[in-house]
Amino acid sequence: MLLLIIKRMANAIFVILAVSLLAFTIFKFLGDPVQLMLNPQATQQERDLLTERLGLNDPVPVQFAKFVFNAARGEFGMSYRNQMPVMEVIAERFPATFELVLVSSIMALVIGLPLGVFAAIRGGTVMARVFHLISMIGVSVPAFVIGIMLILVFSIELKWLPAFGRGKVVDLGFWTTGFLTPSGRAALVMPSISLALFQISFIMRLVTAEMLEVLRTDFIRFAKARGLKARAIYFRHGLRNCMMPVVTMTGMLIGDLIAFTLVTEIVFQWPGMGFLFVQSVQYVDIPVMAAYLMIVCCIFITINLIVDLIYVVVDPRVDQLVRGGGNGH
Amino acid sequence: MATELSPAPSGLRQRLWAFYDSDLIWSFRHSPMAILSAALLAIVAFTSLFAAWLMPQNPFDITQLYLDKANLPPIWIEGGQMPYLLGTDLQGRDILSAIVYGSRISLIIGVASVALSMTIGVLVGLMAGYVGGALDNFLMRIGDAVMSIPTLLVAILISAIFRGMLPVDYRDAAAPLILVVALSLTSWVVYARMIRAATMVEAGKEYVLAARIIKVPRRRIILHHILPNVLTAALVTATLNLGLAVLAEATLSFLGVGMPSAQPSLGTLIRIGNQFFFSGTWWIVLFPALQLTLIILAVNLLGDWLRDALNPKLK
Repeated sequence: MLLLIIKRMANAIFVILAVSLLAFTIFKFLGDPVQLMLNPQATQQERDLLTERLGLNDPVPVQFAKFVFNAARGEFGMSYRNQMPVMEVIAERFPATFELVLVSSIMALVIGLPLGVFAAIRGGTVMARVFHLISMIGVSVPAFVIGIMLILVFSIELKWLPAFGRGKVVDLGFWTTGFLTPSGRAALVMPSISLALFQISFIMRLVTAEMLEVLRTDFIRFAKARGLKARAIYFRHGLRNCMMPVVTMTGMLIGDLIAFTLVTEIVFQWPGMGFLFVQSVQYVDIPVMAAYLMIVCCIFITINLIVDLIYVVVDPRVDQLVRGGGNGH
Repeated sequence: MATELSPAPSGLRQRLWAFYDSDLIWSFRHSPMAILSAALLAIVAFTSLFAAWLMPQNPFDITQLYLDKANLPPIWIEGGQMPYLLGTDLQGRDILSAIVYGSRISLIIGVASVALSMTIGVLVGLMAGYVGGALDNFLMRIGDAVMSIPTLLVAILISAIFRGMLPVDYRDAAAPLILVVALSLTSWVVYARMIRAATMVEAGKEYVLAARIIKVPRRRIILHHILPNVLTAALVTATLNLGLAVLAEATLSFLGVGMPSAQPSLGTLIRIGNQFFFSGTWWIVLFPALQLTLIILAVNLLGDWLRDALNPKLK
């Protein structure tokens, strides 16, 4: 157990360092900060002074070390575009993205799981085939296409839901929430559906595949022979035994959801971190890009780490497998 | 089939018959979804290959655009004009022509990035699997790192870095190349892991031992002896990944970090259409979106069928 945790931690640290190297590369190669921060009439002396002050004369490894050290304390400098500390800008956008991802992942699980079980139970029937096709369409339609279609139908034609923005939000001081107002909730509907649709289809396909494997096993046959109710067989015996891959995938899916908010937030002009990031790419606002990359990766890696640990707690075989591998068998 | 009826030498005829009668084709003939998808892709490939002769207009050529023909609706709606079957956009660009030329760009970038990522992945997998040791560890840790960051994010950053390094004048011209590299650098790991595992199995087999005993050079063993035996699996994965590649390209272009509007791919067309959609010109965005969805769906259905058809467990 301990060995596994250490291994995973080492892996996570390696990944974070690799990502910070990538973020650092952006700083080095995208634009010259001295040029961006001074006005064009600045003298060579002023330039040299700023270069020295920004530490750009240090050897590259020293610059990298400084960058990692500052990033660890949450200091990414000032946004070039709106002259605010990067962390403040991102903290302001974080609640919008968080609420969107939260609603979407709940939606993906609550809808995807039962549909997957249903498709597995009814395997081979016309209904199951239709479900399979629908889930195939679900993983094939690009997220932005779904978003655009939803806006076209429900905002422009029917005028039921707002096409962009978060609606009215309530400011709690440290957090702004759209859950408390009717317009805030209405604004959440379409973005979260368009974000969740891929994940719903994906979870559904995964659960169906796993369930079909489990339903073939002997203990399900025994459960049927014991005369248990269908619901007990499928949910308590069947679904429980295919939760492992679902747990793993859910972790990865939340990470993917965060990444895909980029697209959804652009379509719905949702004032979250993804919108901020795409804008910062277009305006070459490097500190924001680097900070967003680091933050999202840290969230992603933390989720994966937690999932790995849950995996070990739930399934002791994993631990033995790693130990076996660790001893060189 | 026309080839069946043509008076070909019996050897060829028999070979064609054997091909037609093989398991793979049998399964293809009995899967309506696979036939439908293949037909759809064939149409898309054909029209985009011969776009210059089939389409009423070259949407990249400004001299063929007429501003008085701008914002025309599709032909079946009042105000629509021939030859603009699906209407025109703000600059008088024919939507149908733009879609067909856009599909060409999307497909070329998709196929090229799948080919490049497969090449990288297969080479890395062969080296890691055959050489092993520290090299294996190093390459696979890099793979883990790539896999543990969302693909979309890395692709955006890689293309942003490359664009930043190039002078402004070359950015648009280099856009397809940048996209291919960005998409490949984020998707080679799947191939590498698979080929590595397969190579490890092959490396222990007798024919490899025999080759080593007679001192065949290591590079030759890897490329001529092992590679042919592990390539099939990579090709199946490549088919499955083509849909993902087309989707990724469209997403990047939609976000404005992919193809420029002078050479629009389907994603770029959707981004352009998205800007006008509150003015009621829905056709500018709807048709490229439908075409993109159909292409990805067809590729995915075909890949799904191929995986099942080649999976010995399901027989």
